[in-house]
Amino acid sequence: MPLAAIADREVSVDAEGFMTEYDEWDEALAPKLAENIGLGVLTEDHWKVIHFLRSDFAENGETPTLRRVATVGAIPTKELFGLFPKKPARKMAYVAGLPKPVGCI
Amino acid sequence: MTTTEIAPAIVPDFGDEDEGRKIAFVCSKGTLDMAYPALIMASGALEQGIETHIFFTFWGMDMINKKTMGDLKFTPVGNTATHMPMALTPFPGMTTMATRNLRKSMAALNIPDVPTFLSHLSDMGCHLWACKMSVDMFDLKEEDMTDDLDGVLNVSDFIEIIAGAQTMFI
Repeated sequence: MPLAAIADREVSVDAEGFMTEYDEWDEALAPKLAENIGLGVLTEDHWKVIHFLRSDFAENGETPTLRRVATVGAIPTKELFGLFPKKPARKMAYVAGLPKPVGCI
Repeated sequence: MTTTEIAPAIVPDFGDEDEGRKIAFVCSKGTLDMAYPALIMASGALEQGIETHIFFTFWGMDMINKKTMGDLKFTPVGNTATHMPMALTPFPGMTTMATRNLRKSMAALNIPDVPTFLSHLSDMGCHLWACKMSVDMFDLKEEDMTDDLDGVLNVSDFIEIIAGAQTMFI
């Protein structure tokens, strides 16, 4: 597993750059990850999504899909496309230090 | 010299290489099993940030007709992939049973029913179009069709809109 230096820290990532160790992420990393993919400054709404992703992953061991964030996390899909443009499912997983979602829907 | 591989930062490619890419689906079937493929693939395309269009035509109108969209059926009749003796499939109740089983399997995978799925796609930015000729043929009014519809198009306009799209006919 390759290591990558993010915000002066070495973390484990997969071949695409998604973090692979849940515990290596903390909130200090998120702004740097967001910057890496051109998201700009994280707002309160971004954090709401990130926190839901982290807690849902901790419970289920799987990165939630867009639909799950909408139905269980109560964050509307339209809003997710606004916060994480174009490819929200992957972008929000990246910033939250989680693997890409595996579910289709 | 160290043996540990440390990259400055591998950043996933959320690139703009898909910029301008389009996908279009033509849904011409009104059975439950033939409704899902386009919906699921459209969802995947939208997650990739790809401009996505679905054109409903002929029996596919059942997918957007408020009266039928929540009640599409799956029949084992003539479908050897169900691996049932074909002589049994036309018996009364078989279609109801097969439909119930398929619905259950989809729900177990957290896949929403057709009306909910269409709303979800619409929220993701999917364009949903009804075929003008089919609307006329089935004598449908705008209020008969799902509110998530973008509009009614004749074939010529649809072909114009999807210029350059990868297109799938289902």
